[in-house]
Amino acid sequence: MAPFQLAPLAGTLGYDLVFLVIGLGFGAALEISGFGDSRKLAAQFYLREMTVLKVMFTAIVVAAVLIFLSSSLGLLDFSRVWVNPTYLAPGIIGGLIMGVGFIIGGFCPGTSLVAASTLKLDGVFFVVGVFFGVYAFGETVSSFEPFFLSTFMGRFTVPEWLGLPYGVVVVLLVLMALAMFWGAEIAEAYFGAHRAWKDIPLVPHSRVRMAAAGVLVALAALTALVGQPTVDDRWGWIASDGDPQVADREVFVDPAEVVDLKKDLSLRVTVLDVRGEADFNRFHLAGARRIDPNDARDPAFVRTLLGADDNTIVFVMSNGEAASTQAWKDLRAQGVLNLYVIAGGINGWLERYPPSPCVAQKMTGDPGPDSLAWRFVVAVGDRTPSAHPDLPRKEPQPTCTLAANEPAAAETQDHGAPGHGDATAPAYVKKVKLQKKTVAKGGCG
Amino acid sequence: MTLKEPRPYVNPYVGGALLGVVLFLSFYITGNGLGASGAIGHVQVAILGLFAPDHVDRVAYFAEMGGGTRNSLDNAGVFMLLGTFLGGAISGVINRRFRVETRRGPGVSVGARWAFAVLGGAIMGYGARLARGCTSGQALSGGAVLSVGSFAFMFAVFAGGYAVAYFVRRLWN
Repeated sequence: MAPFQLAPLAGTLGYDLVFLVIGLGFGAALEISGFGDSRKLAAQFYLREMTVLKVMFTAIVVAAVLIFLSSSLGLLDFSRVWVNPTYLAPGIIGGLIMGVGFIIGGFCPGTSLVAASTLKLDGVFFVVGVFFGVYAFGETVSSFEPFFLSTFMGRFTVPEWLGLPYGVVVVLLVLMALAMFWGAEIAEAYFGAHRAWKDIPLVPHSRVRMAAAGVLVALAALTALVGQPTVDDRWGWIASDGDPQVADREVFVDPAEVVDLKKDLSLRVTVLDVRGEADFNRFHLAGARRIDPNDARDPAFVRTLLGADDNTIVFVMSNGEAASTQAWKDLRAQGVLNLYVIAGGINGWLERYPPSPCVAQKMTGDPGPDSLAWRFVVAVGDRTPSAHPDLPRKEPQPTCTLAANEPAAAETQDHGAPGHGDATAPAYVKKVKLQKKTVAKGGCG
Repeated sequence: MTLKEPRPYVNPYVGGALLGVVLFLSFYITGNGLGASGAIGHVQVAILGLFAPDHVDRVAYFAEMGGGTRNSLDNAGVFMLLGTFLGGAISGVINRRFRVETRRGPGVSVGARWAFAVLGGAIMGYGARLARGCTSGQALSGGAVLSVGSFAFMFAVFAGGYAVAYFVRRLWN
């Protein structure tokens, strides 16, 4: 499914050629639209010629309709499409500065390239200026870095902001663009052609344009009607890959591997605990974050995982494996990479790193599916060595007198301090392979 | 070079629709949008690296692109930039617009137009890096995927242009 997994090809000639060919189309489309002519671009700001607005918004709505319609139809995985992250304040201030540069210089960077390529000298000089501006920015950015990094909102789209479905927003966008085109035609007739108000037709009359507008609205409406794929739809796309991974236990990671990965300072290990609050309070891994199973389907939450650094490994765990496997499927379907389940869940973990019998004891009967198989005397949370075999931290542990039939307190307080060779470390089959995100940085970023 | 009249530009809605299809294909194939200013940054670092490689290594913002053994030009965006340049040139040749000239307002000398182009370019370049993208990378690409920041940026560009247009009207009218 598109977008194609090009990242593994990075650095090869074929990969670069793909971008070169897209660039060819980009340059040609700008050139034939007249974006190589600074007068045409500047005229936008005197309302004489609204070419910039018309071309830009036509391109935006055409691309948006095609993107979200393909996503609706299951042809394009939108979660793997690069969306410019929002840094609101520097974006707005940078935009204002660019507006000033636009009207003084008569171009924006892309259009100046096209002008220069057709030997327009004003375009060449503009490109020289851009080089200088980019250089000056690099030299000075460190003096206002906090501002440059401020108001970060990550991958944040208008539908998420408005709380509306994507298709509905696409329809609204198309309608907004059509309204702007209508205004632009009137402005051109008035300011550009200097026609009198009474001579300007307020009702659009071109049948071709009306038909084109109708097609756009219809496609946008279709996008809204079909709707964007649900998490279950998305799992359906990848189930043929995902189900065998679960069946072959490729994604179930031994607790000892988790402990080793947590010790690795070059990685960020995130443990998502999908159990209820009561179980979580009784015992959880140090640093684990409790989430509701529904959170795994919440776009806002998933976005934080998608936006995580490349060296992040996400583990989900529950008491057994049922709830965690479901959460794994949900998150995997939404494109979260480097995602694994902790094999055996909390119950398996406590088998491997048993708590003091004064803290918890294993139940004798069957606890039921995906339930905690250990009876905790006190809710210790993560304040017990079993919760952090990777850390040498020691907490005061409750003491008690053991009944005669209880096994002697297992001396499991030390599971090998980090940095010391741990001869008793359990052997395991390594499962975690760090995958690089396929969504690279945007072309312009 | 031909002396024939340049062909007229296409209808802006048609040009825009073509641009939209290119933009969609870019997203569809690569997952990324279009852009220019980021790649200009890479080329700029490469040029700077020819003269002052130590300086590139010392300034964090440059080092990220071309510090140490990194080749700043080894970037897909640079190839898109090259393609954009070639695409513009090819289209210019076909449509008889490939000729040395300076497009300017009626009341401005060629020298003044060049000077303002450099000035505007510098302002634009600075703003584009601050906004993390140019009109194509932020407004166009981000707008098509409905990024909130891109729409805010787009309106800021138009606001900035309209706010200053009156004061520089002699450049264009």
